[in-house]
Amino acid sequence: MKVLELQVNGINRRVEVGDERSLLSVLRDELDLTGAKYGCGEGQCGACTVLIDGRAARSCLTPVASVEGKQITTIEGLERNGDLHPLQEAFLSEDAMQCGYCTAGMIMSGVGLLKKNPSPTDAEILRAMEGNVCRCGTYPRIVAAIRRAATAGKAAKGGAQ
Amino acid sequence: MIERLADEIEIEPERYELTAGPAYHFEFGEIQRRDFFKLLGGGLLIVMALKDATAQQESGGGRRGGSPRPVEIGAWLHIAEDGTVTAYTGKAEVGQNIRTSLTQVVAEELRAQVSTIKVVMGDTDLTPYDAGTFGSRTTPEMSPQLRKAAAAARETILDLAAEELKVERDSLLAANGKVTHPATGRSLSYGQLSKGKKIMKAIGAAALSTPSEWKVAGKPLRKINGRDIVTGKHQYTPDIKLPGMLHGKILRPPAFGGTLASIDSKEAEKLPGVVVARDGDFAGVVAPTEETAARAVAAIRAEWKTTPQVSAKELFEHLRKTPNPPAGASAGPARPAELVESLAAAHQKLERTYTIAYIAHAPLEPRAAVAEWKDGKLTVWTGTQRPFGVRSELAAAFRIPETSVRVIVPDTGSGYGGKHSGEAAIEAARLAKAAGKAVKLVWTREEEFTWAYFRPAGVIDVTSGVDKDGVITAWDFHNYNSGNAGLRPVYAIQNQRCEFHRSNSPLRQGSYRALASTANHFAREVHIDELAASLKMDPLEFRLKNLKDDRLRAALEAVAKAFGWGKSKPAANHGFGIAGGFEKGGYIANCAEVAVDPASGKVKIVRVVTAFECGAIVNPDGLKNQVEGSIIQGIGGALFEAIDFADGKILNPRFSRYRVPRFSDMPALETVLIDRKDLPSEGAGECPIVALAPAVGAAIFDATGVRLRSLPMVPNGIKS
Repeated sequence: MKVLELQVNGINRRVEVGDERSLLSVLRDELDLTGAKYGCGEGQCGACTVLIDGRAARSCLTPVASVEGKQITTIEGLERNGDLHPLQEAFLSEDAMQCGYCTAGMIMSGVGLLKKNPSPTDAEILRAMEGNVCRCGTYPRIVAAIRRAATAGKAAKGGAQ
Repeated sequence: MIERLADEIEIEPERYELTAGPAYHFEFGEIQRRDFFKLLGGGLLIVMALKDATAQQESGGGRRGGSPRPVEIGAWLHIAEDGTVTAYTGKAEVGQNIRTSLTQVVAEELRAQVSTIKVVMGDTDLTPYDAGTFGSRTTPEMSPQLRKAAAAARETILDLAAEELKVERDSLLAANGKVTHPATGRSLSYGQLSKGKKIMKAIGAAALSTPSEWKVAGKPLRKINGRDIVTGKHQYTPDIKLPGMLHGKILRPPAFGGTLASIDSKEAEKLPGVVVARDGDFAGVVAPTEETAARAVAAIRAEWKTTPQVSAKELFEHLRKTPNPPAGASAGPARPAELVESLAAAHQKLERTYTIAYIAHAPLEPRAAVAEWKDGKLTVWTGTQRPFGVRSELAAAFRIPETSVRVIVPDTGSGYGGKHSGEAAIEAARLAKAAGKAVKLVWTREEEFTWAYFRPAGVIDVTSGVDKDGVITAWDFHNYNSGNAGLRPVYAIQNQRCEFHRSNSPLRQGSYRALASTANHFAREVHIDELAASLKMDPLEFRLKNLKDDRLRAALEAVAKAFGWGKSKPAANHGFGIAGGFEKGGYIANCAEVAVDPASGKVKIVRVVTAFECGAIVNPDGLKNQVEGSIIQGIGGALFEAIDFADGKILNPRFSRYRVPRFSDMPALETVLIDRKDLPSEGAGECPIVALAPAVGAAIFDATGVRLRSLPMVPNGIKS
């Protein structure tokens, strides 16, 4: 067991965990941040996506020890004083969900994309999002939501910090 | 029992009374008025009684003898003293968005604001009995019950207002959660009218609004709890945390059909906080963290006795060995005389075989349950489409009365028909019993792909005859193992025989969105396309020539118009295809365009146009979402999804090996929703998936001349 200092959504969190733990399980079970989901455990579905230093990463494959000292952003960290991140708003406007289980991972991957590339083409959106699975088949609306947030032009400023 | 349950649901989809476990009849007389109000608080309560109890179960499941029939309760609706409206239904929300559409119909009939309405769903302690959320029945059956309850509530509210304001009832208007008396401008809110009251009414019938009058229903409304989902606040079953809760893992056999001979759990028990439980073939562990539980279960040394199993390679031959072959079959099916004659006299005869692979539901939220035993009661949170069925399973498994069991279904991360049975619930409850603490059990993705039930595989033989004008004169259709949903054609065919033959499925199988309709529509619609091609007739023209049904004709004509069928030729290496069908009250038609890369053989679905009609539309945007979601999900089963297995093992139990539709598979979609306000609203959870595969198959044929008769059609691209 090791004590780790994690920076999660701008807050310093201290956890005592075995270092074999994945970031996903620590977020969910130690820090009560259950927005990131378990979908496959092999980084193939994207439901566990968070931002690490602003870049989308699969937390199910990320050993928790490897993120000490890095900025971790989860879905819970996007909201600011009751204001949703533009991509969260866009998902609501486009009604871009059915069962909603993939949604947090989709939004985090989308935020990661828009940070890097605030005006992606459709092809760039598809490429960036290819690792996120929506079994309910809501892909077209998710693309529309990302496009909407990109157009809104505020997306690049959202997220960590 | 679970095996039979799954088989029965799949094979005889309408026989719900056989699969609902011990028939639980809610005895209206037993629930005292005071119990309801104790539970819900004061105010106004409307209880929707189902007169013949036929809306939920086929009659035959009820009691015989002279005593009065128990009243079956469908739904109830409560208006609290603060004006909050709560509707209670045993249905479960699994992404089909009935939470939103049921809210709309209540708002419509009650004339109350959507923001004041809550729907409590899928809780066996709070909601009425429901056989299960499957069969696309919520919209045609549950929705009218809640509408009637809401209408009765509205009428009662008006009665109360007339009394209170001492005016004629006719002079009052109910709207936006208030009753107003326009002549004097006085008004009272529903809350004010309910305050201090404890009124309970049971109703059987009520006058409902007609769809053409709808102001709230029939219009788009955003998903009710959308904000909780986009912020990560909504708790799915795997997100639930109880004080002192432990994590569970189950010891799985190395192959199907294994029995547990012995276990050595010494090493597992050395891990901190680990408890091992064994009960016959059941063995599992609990631990303080999920990772420790996984390590503990891996550390158990177990001896299993396994039995030989059929592999995928032998599957279709094996499925033909049915215990109930067609009449007189020894070397092929013996046909009725008219069929023999019409085939012999046919201008063109066609005999083809189509095969369907097993596929997995692969819901993104895996099977999971949180179980807690407390003060003699077992409470289980689990993502299931059958909370009352799972309650029965739990009661049976632990030999306790159903009243000692509560099943709660949080809005769940999808099911597609795969979450009808309560394995995870029983497993979590068994571990919780052993540990003396609450236990959360979340299946791994490998377990999801292995230990859940699959959409049945199938073999379908079709023999047909047409005359030279393109009229189908003979049709002999045999489905082995898949099922009988969608077995019969809507086409007007004079001499036809359609039969379903059971087989011994080597894999556990059960309900999957649209049941066997996908398989039967694939075989039928591809065969239709083959017949049209053999006569050099346009596939749409050929269908219309054989179709009297107005609603399917309308769907086909609408899709053809939207697609521009017949208006242009496809580009090089592109192809166009069309298909249509009917399932659970809905009418579907698809046109597809594919592009084939001649070098790699890769097939891309470029464009899919859909026309869909299911009566009066309750939530057009929600409906569009369901329809398009079905199309995209259907791409998987059409093109590349298949479960591979050998020696009792699933060979591709993960997303890296089992390909599912992704962003890059998305075609351009255009959806035409036909709104028939003059017809009753039907469900849409299943029908829209059934015509996609054959439309795409026809398009591939159009592009390449290659006729594909197996689902999945191109798991490795087109072979040249």
